[in-house]
Amino acid sequence: MSTITREDQAVPASALSERRPLGDRGFQVLALAAGLLVLVILVLIAISTTQQASSWFSTEGVTGVFSTTWNPAAGKFGALAFIYGTLITAAIAIVMAVPVSVGIALLLTEVVPPRWARPIVYVIDLLAVVPSVVWGLWGILVFAPWIAGIYSSIGSAVTGVPVLGALFGPPTSGASFFTAGIILAFMITPIVTSLSREVIATVPAIEREGAYALGATRLEMIRGAVWPHSQGGIVGAVLLGLGRAMGETIAAALVIGSSATITSHLFAPGDSMPAVIANEFGEASGVFRAGLMGLGVLLFIMTIIINIIARGIVQRSARRQRGA
Amino acid sequence: MTVATEQPKLDLREPPSWRRTKNRIATALMVLAMVLVVIPLGLVLYTVIARGASVISWSFLTSSIPVQVAPANVGGIGPAIVGTIEIVGLATLLAVPLGVLGAIYLNEYGGKNALARVIGFMADVMTGVPSIVMGLFIFSIWVLHFGFSGFAGALALGCLMLPIVIRSSDEMLKLVPDSLREASYALGATRARVTLTVVLPAAVGGIVSGALLAVARAAGETAPLLFTILTVTTVNRNLFSGANTALPSQIFANATSPYVGAQARAWGAALTLVVIAFILMLVARFVTGRFTRQGR
Amino acid sequence: MDQQPEQHVVAHRRRTEPTAQQREVQPTRGAPVFEAKNVSIWYSAFRAVTDVSLSVHEHEITAFIGPSGCGKTTVLRTLNRMNDLVVGARVDGVVHYRGASLYSKDVSATAVRRRIGMVFQKPNPFPKSIYDNVAYGPRINGVRNRGKLDEIVERSLRQSALWDEVKDRLKASALGLSGGQAQRLCIARTLAVEPDVVLMDEPCSALDPIATAAIEDLMRDIKSRYTIVIVTHNMQQATRVSDRTAFFSVLRDDKSDTRTGVLVEYGRTEHIFQDPTDSRTKAYVTGRMG
Repeated sequence: MSTITREDQAVPASALSERRPLGDRGFQVLALAAGLLVLVILVLIAISTTQQASSWFSTEGVTGVFSTTWNPAAGKFGALAFIYGTLITAAIAIVMAVPVSVGIALLLTEVVPPRWARPIVYVIDLLAVVPSVVWGLWGILVFAPWIAGIYSSIGSAVTGVPVLGALFGPPTSGASFFTAGIILAFMITPIVTSLSREVIATVPAIEREGAYALGATRLEMIRGAVWPHSQGGIVGAVLLGLGRAMGETIAAALVIGSSATITSHLFAPGDSMPAVIANEFGEASGVFRAGLMGLGVLLFIMTIIINIIARGIVQRSARRQRGA
Repeated sequence: MTVATEQPKLDLREPPSWRRTKNRIATALMVLAMVLVVIPLGLVLYTVIARGASVISWSFLTSSIPVQVAPANVGGIGPAIVGTIEIVGLATLLAVPLGVLGAIYLNEYGGKNALARVIGFMADVMTGVPSIVMGLFIFSIWVLHFGFSGFAGALALGCLMLPIVIRSSDEMLKLVPDSLREASYALGATRARVTLTVVLPAAVGGIVSGALLAVARAAGETAPLLFTILTVTTVNRNLFSGANTALPSQIFANATSPYVGAQARAWGAALTLVVIAFILMLVARFVTGRFTRQGR
Repeated sequence: MDQQPEQHVVAHRRRTEPTAQQREVQPTRGAPVFEAKNVSIWYSAFRAVTDVSLSVHEHEITAFIGPSGCGKTTVLRTLNRMNDLVVGARVDGVVHYRGASLYSKDVSATAVRRRIGMVFQKPNPFPKSIYDNVAYGPRINGVRNRGKLDEIVERSLRQSALWDEVKDRLKASALGLSGGQAQRLCIARTLAVEPDVVLMDEPCSALDPIATAAIEDLMRDIKSRYTIVIVTHNMQQATRVSDRTAFFSVLRDDKSDTRTGVLVEYGRTEHIFQDPTDSRTKAYVTGRMG
């Protein structure tokens, strides 16, 4: 920084066309390098993990990778059960978290006065800073044992009922797809809420007033003025929540039940991609380790695609907002 | 009211109607959504505090980690606290300066050019990369060549923090009014100088608070540490060599343990971790509050 | 509650306002639609407007003029309870609308606003089609019949002189309209619920002179069916369209360094502009005061 100072003071008043001082250019290069680091890291993640997973891809082939059997002892490493578990738990989380998040976002922006909104935001922030491993600890030691009783009564009640029986019938277990989905729902609620709230807050006050001036009730105002504006952005927020739910590791690893099965029974134990990596990577070697690394590659690809789509939607709706 | 004009009295009351009922139901559902969030949060915090407080003591925070079978009143989580402070501290030293520099590029140099837009977009996307993938990444490029170490863990946490710091700092730099920059340029200052002496000081409160929130997030992360530092039970003061431990890793290791003592220590560690995260969040809020008041 | 027709409109004025009986004799004079008495409006601790009393008459255009910060928009927004939406806003005094007190407990703001519509400074069409914008009000009021809706949309767009320009693209997004068209759409949207009163808050301030002229023509056209109150910063506009004019000003209190809006003078437009009673009005309309 001292060079910058010296350079600056050395500027002769007449030299209007002089070259930019070295310190200034150096700083720019430094800043650019830091910015490029983001791209470098993303590319390196893709290359290095794919490299480490290559023996899995080459020994299993496409059909092996996307097969249902995962049995390290027998040398079978099919990923489908984990992909299924990842998607199903994320879907459960989204179904539960989105209505709640959008509801809270509307409560904050449209219903309560600012001095009430602040404590509500604090609560949501508190929810966001509870670490994943603490959710997992609570989930496995407190929540799962408690909800197992509820699962088994629901399970016996719906036995034999078509569809419901297949989804919620026995076998039931406290550590299951559904428990993981619920815990993930708690964990993604803060991000979906705060993004939805940001989107809804960009609706111009004058459009709200336009609807109110026509004698609309609050609900009618929300449907007429807020919803058309924020639809796109909320879809983006939901997708970001989906990406988070799919990649959430430790809580899922603790409560999902760790059983590589594909079943329609949501109350049955299952497994997901991040959970199996966390639980088994430590003991793995050879193709086993490559397979887990490969699951990481697949997870990376899935979440990156979802995030790119989601951010694209959010940015586009923000741009349209400004353009309108 | 006495009728003074010849006009018939007007009824401006809202007649009970389906519209009004629907509006009430909608509002009630919004409140219900809030309740649905408060209950589990309250239960989690209550459990963590109730079970954690019974084991926490000064000796718990400083003693070494015993074997899992040890009863609740033996040993503590000292090495995990030391590990968390060291590893998260190092990750902060790596990620915050780079993140702020990156934000400076986006905001002060890149402007609206394509590269800056791509970097900004990919920083957003990078915040969505699962933390376990960061762990696998550092395992592949570092651990396989140089072995497990606290530094590897710091690298993984740093990768998680970097996009968060870039994004929050970028937001803060955007809030600095252009008139401030122009005033400085008009005095003949170079861009680097304007940035370092005018723009950064004006945004420093927001940047610090964003960085603190990133630290709070990193301190609670387990997944990136699993295959970078492993989980040991002794203090390893050398961050650059040998396995290490941290609070989240200890909780994860103890959570599935069948031993009551190990579970009790997990709750104690969880309370410690939650308190650390809350303090960081409160400090961040305090800094933001001061910053915005000064800004006005 | 005592509710005699105002003896005079403003403290400073000496003219007697027509009573309902007079209206029988003098059909050109409308019956009072609004009667405000000693109205003060607060935003938290800030007293935005102090002690305003005036009445607004049926099928007339009433203009509120005055320098910025004089509270004219604030008073306008009290007339359909839009200020309810502002946190900390409070209204003291009495506002009667056709004999009913607007601010009594059992009065519903939505019911009020359905009768008293509002057009805003900046055109604010919803991000929907032109048709859906106009149909929005009737729909929330329970009109579901397609033919009835078509009829209302066409009638409202004709009233607001927009029909010929948009009849072929009713399904197109309203966001594609020009500023003047968008503002006329907002007027059509307001007229579609067949309000009794239309409040306009500087409706032309974002428009060019041609679009402004179109809106002014439109106001004169619809005056026979609606009562209009308009806030304007443009004195020529007030003289062109309004029947009555209220001049507001800012009262500064140097001791406590506070400011508040007051109603200086209210009367027939030609009177206010040609022969004002108050010296402040005179200074303002002749341009000697900002």
